[in-house]
Amino acid sequence: MAKIIAGVGSSHVPAIGAALDNGKTEEPYWKRVFSGFEKSKEWMRKTKPDVAIVVYNDHASAFSVDLIPTFALGCAAEFPPADEGWGPRPVPVVKGHPELAAHIAQSVILDEFDLTVVNKMEVDHGLTVPMNLVFGYPKDAWPCPVIPLAVNVVMYPPPTGHRCYMLGRAIRKAVQSYPEDLRVVIFGTGGLSHQISGPRAGLINSKWDKSFLDNLSKDPIKLTKIPHIEYMREAGAEGIEMVMWLIMRGALDDKVDEVYRFYTVPASNTAVGHIILENRKRAAGKRPATGKTKRAAHTARQPVRRSK
Amino acid sequence: MARKEHDYDDIPGTFVFDAERSRQGYGINMFCMSLMKDENRKAFKANEAEYLKKFRLTPEQTQAILKRDYNRMLELGGNIYFTAKLGATDGHSFQHLAAVMTGSTQEDYAKMMLGGGRSVEGNRTKSGKGKSKSKSKAKTKSSSKSRSKRG
Repeated sequence: MAKIIAGVGSSHVPAIGAALDNGKTEEPYWKRVFSGFEKSKEWMRKTKPDVAIVVYNDHASAFSVDLIPTFALGCAAEFPPADEGWGPRPVPVVKGHPELAAHIAQSVILDEFDLTVVNKMEVDHGLTVPMNLVFGYPKDAWPCPVIPLAVNVVMYPPPTGHRCYMLGRAIRKAVQSYPEDLRVVIFGTGGLSHQISGPRAGLINSKWDKSFLDNLSKDPIKLTKIPHIEYMREAGAEGIEMVMWLIMRGALDDKVDEVYRFYTVPASNTAVGHIILENRKRAAGKRPATGKTKRAAHTARQPVRRSK
Repeated sequence: MARKEHDYDDIPGTFVFDAERSRQGYGINMFCMSLMKDENRKAFKANEAEYLKKFRLTPEQTQAILKRDYNRMLELGGNIYFTAKLGATDGHSFQHLAAVMTGSTQEDYAKMMLGGGRSVEGNRTKSGKGKSKSKSKAKTKSSSKSRSKRG
């Protein structure tokens, strides 16, 4: 049986990607940002997930205004980095996990989430920057297959926070009914507070961001009730992309432990937020979230297979 | 038809790219999208007005693009992730565009960001309606109720 073991929240600021690609990580401005992810890389090396589901948004790269899917699940075998106007980022092609992705699509659509299935897609900084921040900067291959879940947060209205959270729960259920023994980490990306458009550009609201990060473990249900107007007013017009973190949160257990957090202002125009949440280790039969016993025999429940 | 009023129109200095603007700004955004290709960037730079004729743009939209009036582009349906491609075609960094939209110099804008960014205090609302925290909380409650009924 597959299982989601942990969630990672991270900003995806494009300038972070540019700093990595252009060797600027040692400059004081960028060192402040990257130093906050050293522990996360260590955590990821220990955790060694078999698959990562990355919830992110496309920025006029794979999707123009010709087609604006609210939720689009990447079911392809691979996803090349997109050319965002400066040539594709020099990062490895992202390998998918088409079998698990197809299984998730089938399960969540029958759970009444009308996903768009994508069998061919390029991925932009929205996906690859958070991956660099926690997986490092590999030359040849990313350490695990990735299932991209692209969410429309560019055109208003994006899905509500509540809808995102519920989709996360449906994804958790789908993963749990996959017969192969896989350990899955889910990423929620974007944010935190920022506005990059119009005369109010440059808005940052650290107090609001902190409360959002606190409530991911303390009271996620409260976060699902935040209306869009509050995201835009308090966290900036583009800060609304924080709803994507709620898909990650919904995919975790009700009780989670915050194992790491990092927050800094600014990276370019944006507040950078990062969090790692692990499902609380408690009942016997549940495997711990550390990498040590990662492939222990798992006998508790038989996978539920759909007949359709 | 006049634009319908929305709660988010009350946020100062903000043009929310909603479904209505997406419809209205299709030409602006697809023009910007075309600039992802080098040959199109060259053709645009060679004769801007002529190149723009290929897209379904209103005279106001065409003027906003030619004048690089980024706020007006947003108001007429452009989206920042798209219009940023025009900025890049002109060789500008994103921070330059942000400074232009805020009516600031790039230096001052960069300083503001290093100092923690623009404060939300005094920047929440045009009308004063969104000021009261308790009001927005009350709204939150009722909307969550109706949601839980559905789901």
